[in-house]
Amino acid sequence: METITEESLTATFDYLTPRPSSDHPAYNCPSARLRELALALRDEHGYDLLLDVTGIDWDAATPRFTGVYHFYSTARHVYLRVAVDCADNVNPTLPTLADIYPAANWHERETYDMLGIVYEGHPDLRRILMWDAYPYFPLRKDFPLAGIETELPAADVAESTKAKVKSAPMMGGPFVSKRPGPMSEAEPRALDESWTEQSEKPAENGSRAD
Amino acid sequence: MSQIKEITIGDVAKRSADGEEFSGETMALNVGPSHPTTHGVLRLMMELDGDVIKSARPVVGYLHRGDEKIAENMTYNQFVPYTDRLDYLAPLANNVAYAIAVEKLAQLEVPERCQAIRVLCCELARISSHLLGVGVYGMDAGAWTVFMYTFTQREKLYTLFEELTGARFTTSYTRIGGVARDIPDGWLGRVSDFCDQVLPVLDEVDKLLTRNRIFMDRTEGVGVISKEKALAYGMTGPNLRASGVDLDLRKDRPYSGYERYDFDVPIGTKGDCYDRYLIRGEEIRQSVRIVRQVIDQFPDGAYYAEDAKKIFAPPKAKILTSMEELIQNFMIVTEGPRMPEGEVYFEAENPKGALGFFIVSKGGGVPYRLKIRGPSFCNLSILDDLLPGHYLTDVTVILGSLDFVMGECDR
Repeated sequence: METITEESLTATFDYLTPRPSSDHPAYNCPSARLRELALALRDEHGYDLLLDVTGIDWDAATPRFTGVYHFYSTARHVYLRVAVDCADNVNPTLPTLADIYPAANWHERETYDMLGIVYEGHPDLRRILMWDAYPYFPLRKDFPLAGIETELPAADVAESTKAKVKSAPMMGGPFVSKRPGPMSEAEPRALDESWTEQSEKPAENGSRAD
Repeated sequence: MSQIKEITIGDVAKRSADGEEFSGETMALNVGPSHPTTHGVLRLMMELDGDVIKSARPVVGYLHRGDEKIAENMTYNQFVPYTDRLDYLAPLANNVAYAIAVEKLAQLEVPERCQAIRVLCCELARISSHLLGVGVYGMDAGAWTVFMYTFTQREKLYTLFEELTGARFTTSYTRIGGVARDIPDGWLGRVSDFCDQVLPVLDEVDKLLTRNRIFMDRTEGVGVISKEKALAYGMTGPNLRASGVDLDLRKDRPYSGYERYDFDVPIGTKGDCYDRYLIRGEEIRQSVRIVRQVIDQFPDGAYYAEDAKKIFAPPKAKILTSMEELIQNFMIVTEGPRMPEGEVYFEAENPKGALGFFIVSKGGGVPYRLKIRGPSFCNLSILDDLLPGHYLTDVTVILGSLDFVMGECDR
């Protein structure tokens, strides 16, 4: 993959390294210089819109987490991608941009919610899509697609109904082929084939409550 | 029970004359998540001082379905139906945005006819989304009749969508490298007929709302978003343009052949609720203009990229009669389209704003990471800054004017 750069940025910021990209100029930035870079991008380079903040979980690789930012200049109509690696694989952190671009506030909350990246200095780092007491970070690669059984967010309802948030009945899905080999092996099939519509899933802890 | 203090009118008049305000005691008010003014499942926790909002805290996430997690676990084409459910008031526009994002990753060009079909889809989706947006906005402000007019028109559009895609709501019309099927015979004529009769209705809506004293009183100067604030909060689409920022990705970064068509981008001056209404009304007219141009210069040719054999499954008739096409189809269905490695971010100018897809690919038929930037998510994040200082009754109008949809906010 090739790299795409923007000359004025490469010349001004010596700490930026070009990042492989299929479309827009993209750079890697050390986490300690991110706030400095964001300020300069906004005030001196005309990147007045912060469109998106997100993160990537690289699973077994190190560094495991990368924060990704997409800036846009309304004057020049160009995008810029900045990626920042998190040093710690277990407790990933990044500096917040919420005071520089208020748009980052909700985006950082979402990235924290989904991937568990803590944005240091964020004014209100609560979960945004999941409920506050939710114990997992669902977009991490080690979180199963079907979900994990957890407590119901409403304690009073949980008390009276004994209900829990159950993982999705996916019949071991999803039905995609990730296997190499001849076509007969590579056919799409359930990932967990121990149960199907014909043979029921082995009961967990006796019968189901419903 | 504590003693109840008797208050007479005289006391109140005296306190008021002394300049003593009834402040200090605030009331907590919760609206939603299931409430007619919140157009879906938005929840607002507000602190009121009398009728005035002191602070507001929007709570989102009630419609979170984990679309991004799902995307990581299926092939690119399998995710198309999930894009219907982002902005479910303009599913065709989402389909197109997603397909173009993946095609950028594959560095694939689709034929002109396919581009024209997609532009038609996007603009008709914009008309249908704005018709509903203006209709319910009027309803939020107490003008019921407008909704009847616009909803009837939207219904006609849905009949056209059904004819094109087979479904009214969940269209799932695009594929990576093309669209699911070519346009039906005579469909363009019926789209043209729709355009002819929708303009007089827009004039009627104009007469009902644009100079309507009550509507203007409720929307003018209410919910003013300055240019700077709109940019800072990452707003896009009609809401940003109403604040006076000239940003329309169809013009600024044309995709799918938008550069071939002539249209104007309406820009607001004050950024209040009234401007946001005017912008949407004008955008419908401009969309009609684009639709007519597309129909006038509708290109011949294929409706999918014929040379993209590892990405687009061939037509059904060929699959059933030819060995090579059968294998091609089998590989695309089982393993997904063959994608190169790379990172790509594409945004389309959707009715609600810029819908973005950030795709990280490690090759193969399944995205490694797919991030969806829902414009409504960003447009709503301004609420806790915007609402304080307004009257409680303004909340319905402000929410209506922002024209958000929770499907793409919560994803």
